[in-house]
Amino acid sequence: MNKGTLKKVFRYIGRYWFFLLCSIVCAAVTVTLTLYIPVLTGDAIDCILEPGKVDFTTITEILKKMAFVITGTAISQWVMGVCNNRIAYYVVRDIRKDAFERLQILPLKYLDAHPYGEIVSRVIADVDQFSDGLIMGFTQLFTGIITIFGTLIFMFRENVGITLVVVCITPVSLFVASFIARRTYKMFKLQSETRGEQTAFIDEMIGNQKVVQAFGYEEKAMKRFDAINDKLGEYSLKAIFFSSITNPSTRFVNSLVYTGVCITGALSVIKGGISVGTLTCFLSYANQYTKPFNEISGVFTEFQNALACAARIFALIEEEPQVPEPEDVKVLGEAEGYVELTDVAFSYVPDRKLIEDLNLKVEDGKRVAIVGPTGCGKTTIINLLMRFYDVDAGSISVDGTDIRNITRESLRENYGMVLQETWLKAGTVRENIIMGKPDATEEEMIAAAKAAHSHSFIKRLPNGYDTVLSEDGEGLSQGQKQLLCITRVMLCLPPMLILDEATSSIDTRTEIRIQKAFAKMMEGRTSFIIAHRLSTIVDADIILVMKDGHIIEQGNHKELLAKGGFYSELYNSQFALSE
Amino acid sequence: MKRLLGFLKDYKKETILAPLFKMLEASFELLIPLVVKRIVDIGIENKDRGYVGQMCLVMITLGIIGLVCAITAQYYSAKAAVGFATKLRHSLFGHMQKLSFAQMDKMGTSTMITRMTSDVNQVQNGVNMVLRLFLRSPFIVLGAMVMAFTIDVQAALIFVVVIPLLSIVVFGIMLITIPLYKKVQTGLDKVLGITRGNLTGVRVLRAFHKEEEEIEEFNAANEGLTSMQLFVGRISAVMNPVTYVIVNGATVALLWTGAVKVDGGVLTQGAVMALVNYMSQILVELVKLANLIITVNKALACANRIGDVLEMEPGLKVADREENRAAEGSTAETQSANAEETQTEVTSDIPVVEFSHVSLTYPEAGAESLTDIDFKAMRGQTIGIIGGTGSGKSSLINMIPRFYEATEGCVKVDGVPVAEYNLQDLRKKIGVVPQKAVLFKGTIRENLLMGKGDTKPAEEMTAEEKAAEDALLRRALEISQSAEFVDNKPEGLETQVSQGGKNLSGGQKQRLTIARALVKEPEILILDDSASALDYATDLKLRRAIHAMEKAPVVFIVSQRASSILHADRIIVLDDGEVAGMGKHDELLVNCEVYQEIYYSQYPDKRKEAQA
Repeated sequence: MNKGTLKKVFRYIGRYWFFLLCSIVCAAVTVTLTLYIPVLTGDAIDCILEPGKVDFTTITEILKKMAFVITGTAISQWVMGVCNNRIAYYVVRDIRKDAFERLQILPLKYLDAHPYGEIVSRVIADVDQFSDGLIMGFTQLFTGIITIFGTLIFMFRENVGITLVVVCITPVSLFVASFIARRTYKMFKLQSETRGEQTAFIDEMIGNQKVVQAFGYEEKAMKRFDAINDKLGEYSLKAIFFSSITNPSTRFVNSLVYTGVCITGALSVIKGGISVGTLTCFLSYANQYTKPFNEISGVFTEFQNALACAARIFALIEEEPQVPEPEDVKVLGEAEGYVELTDVAFSYVPDRKLIEDLNLKVEDGKRVAIVGPTGCGKTTIINLLMRFYDVDAGSISVDGTDIRNITRESLRENYGMVLQETWLKAGTVRENIIMGKPDATEEEMIAAAKAAHSHSFIKRLPNGYDTVLSEDGEGLSQGQKQLLCITRVMLCLPPMLILDEATSSIDTRTEIRIQKAFAKMMEGRTSFIIAHRLSTIVDADIILVMKDGHIIEQGNHKELLAKGGFYSELYNSQFALSE
Repeated sequence: MKRLLGFLKDYKKETILAPLFKMLEASFELLIPLVVKRIVDIGIENKDRGYVGQMCLVMITLGIIGLVCAITAQYYSAKAAVGFATKLRHSLFGHMQKLSFAQMDKMGTSTMITRMTSDVNQVQNGVNMVLRLFLRSPFIVLGAMVMAFTIDVQAALIFVVVIPLLSIVVFGIMLITIPLYKKVQTGLDKVLGITRGNLTGVRVLRAFHKEEEEIEEFNAANEGLTSMQLFVGRISAVMNPVTYVIVNGATVALLWTGAVKVDGGVLTQGAVMALVNYMSQILVELVKLANLIITVNKALACANRIGDVLEMEPGLKVADREENRAAEGSTAETQSANAEETQTEVTSDIPVVEFSHVSLTYPEAGAESLTDIDFKAMRGQTIGIIGGTGSGKSSLINMIPRFYEATEGCVKVDGVPVAEYNLQDLRKKIGVVPQKAVLFKGTIRENLLMGKGDTKPAEEMTAEEKAAEDALLRRALEISQSAEFVDNKPEGLETQVSQGGKNLSGGQKQRLTIARALVKEPEILILDDSASALDYATDLKLRRAIHAMEKAPVVFIVSQRASSILHADRIIVLDDGEVAGMGKHDELLVNCEVYQEIYYSQYPDKRKEAQA
């Protein structure tokens, strides 16, 4: 039913063929030895007939043999367990690794379109479930299959008639198991999907508790949560119950097999065909032969679940990555900073046009300011310049080379970017600052921090530069976070800069100082600035006024004011109330 | 743990019936070796074919009864386990919503997600398995021993030795592995944290081409997790072989004792067979028990971690909501009393918001973040708050809805200290527009109605109610300057917002968060630097529109733009947590140095004018 997924799972397992081989050999040894015990027990019982008719010499021999076999079984069982653990955990590790590596090359289009919680749930919860299924699967699948064949061989050697009884009834158990498994697969899939939905919801609500609480949304959130939760409960109940019918049903089939062996065996003992010892041996075989069917079907349902999870992970791993770099790709060295946009068109959703026919030439070292009402496509330009998204038509070039022919790494290395949404990595302040220049010296780092005016507040943190920041830099104010982001760029100083409302959360007093630092930083560097404080862009060489994806005005501050268009309206409005 | 077990309370019937039916099934299973003994000792000995057939019918009957019992048990245990997990998730979610921000900051979102998802799953699994097997397996083990006693006391003594020995092995390994599984889970948390951070910071990470390093870091955490898992796995792997040796060793002893006894005429051949069968039944059950213990181990570790979360006391002492709800009548009374008060307040001179000598020190922080803040905001006033980064602007306004609590002094709303309100009533009065514009997955309408407590689903609304709601939303959209772009969307108010509002621009999000706060029709409106993503023109229009509202709320504007607060009735200038100046723009411009510095930095021309 899921051959593709299964094949991929096996590809992962194949890397550990040595452990797999070990495991199979040990399984074979374990099973053979385990199967030998009933034979020995049967032999021993045949030596114990009735008072005075007990063959103690033979019994001693048999029991010695048994002790030896038991020790051997135990050892090979342990080795098998260790091997199986390794296979399962290594495979899981490899899958997580691949999934994570894939995340690094997936286009932002994919990542922006999928809730983080859902992706995280795939990498963590799904892989976990898969690993549980896998471990159970391996320990039991091997021993199970080998036990079935081993028992058959042993049984045929002892008595053909009784064996045929066993062989005929047992398939019923398989039939029952696969019948149930087919029904439950869908349920497990639904369960897994609903779980993803729930994770995404929790991520959203718990992650933004402040807003939730400020709006007294707790109860509504609870209601929405309960709706998903109850749905999950319903699917889980079905999935768990139906899959758990498998065990009792197959066990019932076993008891039929057992009874079958009992009646044919007993009758054949009466006829004198076999001894009581052989019957004992057969009875325990009947148990052993059917147990693996039990387990295999149990494993089967578990496997179903694991496969449903695996399918979701593989879907992520196989997701189309960003456009690969062409073979003749160039590495952009220290760029001059001549940027040209030619007939650029772009939209996030195919039927909703955003940017069309955008043309722009920026000579190296020029300062470009982009202004315009919110939602006019300013942030989108950054996405395109940084090649987070590729243009739909037209081209963008740096120093005359189309950026699609430049390695992403070298292109991005040439940009220093400070975004509106500040993001810090969990780790120390130092690690965050030296992100762009890991080999920076202490002096360089402090100099950059001073230049960005973050040094003084960092010093006041409990452990200074070694203060550990939690996820999302909780505990720092928005402004402090932004200062750290600026420091990060200040340290590596690439030839081109992108500042997206970079100073929106910093007070103007600090901003003035940063502006000075920026001004120094921007000297001779091509810069793109998106800011709403018009005072900060008055000095720009080119001001682009955007509206609805088009550049409607272009020029420097004086020219635009003189023109008396949209820009001058925008500019003058800031003084409206004070006049 | 005890707290968690409480969630099974509503499933008492299921929790009792499930193991009970399992035990019934097990009892029938225990009878089988006796039936076989009879077949050998009576049927075969007397060559009585009819008797053999009869006994086999008995076996099939036992099997059928066993099947019915087992399925019943499975149903009840699944129902109890799933119901338990559903309830647990429900109260976990509710509990997390009650935690204070300080506590949440400390725990981190990803940890909370693991608790609610994979931890609860493991516990659900554990409960299910325990209900099914935890009684059944020991029952069969002990039952086998009892049956052995009915056959022969001396042989049964072997069982008496074997069973405690097995218990020591099984429980010993369990004791060793439980803390280890806890460590494994911590490792998993770390892997989760890295994955989540990688996704939220994807733009920055790619800009700095940190992909390789992220992979390295992830691999290190992943490897750590794997080696931990392997270590625990190795210990658990000892269980099966050791138990196997013990049980089969016991079989050898049984055969020897049996041989001696049969020789002495005390036992029959069939009896020896039955004894051996019972011993092998013990082994089968032990294998199950061992698997069960692995599951239970994991479940216990997870349960403890969930328990830790549930035991965290909500950080704020709140006028008890539950109590209020229990006495619903009295709540209504209080509310109407409140409403009356509010009515009288309009005429009286009680300030809507009053800070009297308030100081705030964050937990574990060395110094005060706010010191001795003292002011009153009267009905209809606009209060501007301005100051540098870290000057305490956000802290100040966060104390009005009691996100953080005053460590000294008292914050009053409508003359009542905020600590005396129940949180919902307090926050109902306040519309907050946070610094970071956050929207939720759902339609724009749903987002706007977030603060409206008692909205009916559209189908149940009368036309008038619907019209009233639409009018309310329209007003909010217009005031917040979002009407235009919402109207431009093909689906208007029903436009879907994706998680985190990713399909809207920063400014659009910000305006919608303002609209959302206005829909609450608050007495107090707090704009926490909310206009930073808006251009000046929009910002101005917004402020004018708010000003023109009938029933204008008290407005707190936190901003770094002097232009946003120029016109405020009162401007509070904060510097390093202290009030550096308070008054109207003109006054401050004369007597407050900090204010002058801020103002002139934004209006360089004015400085020249002033100097001239």
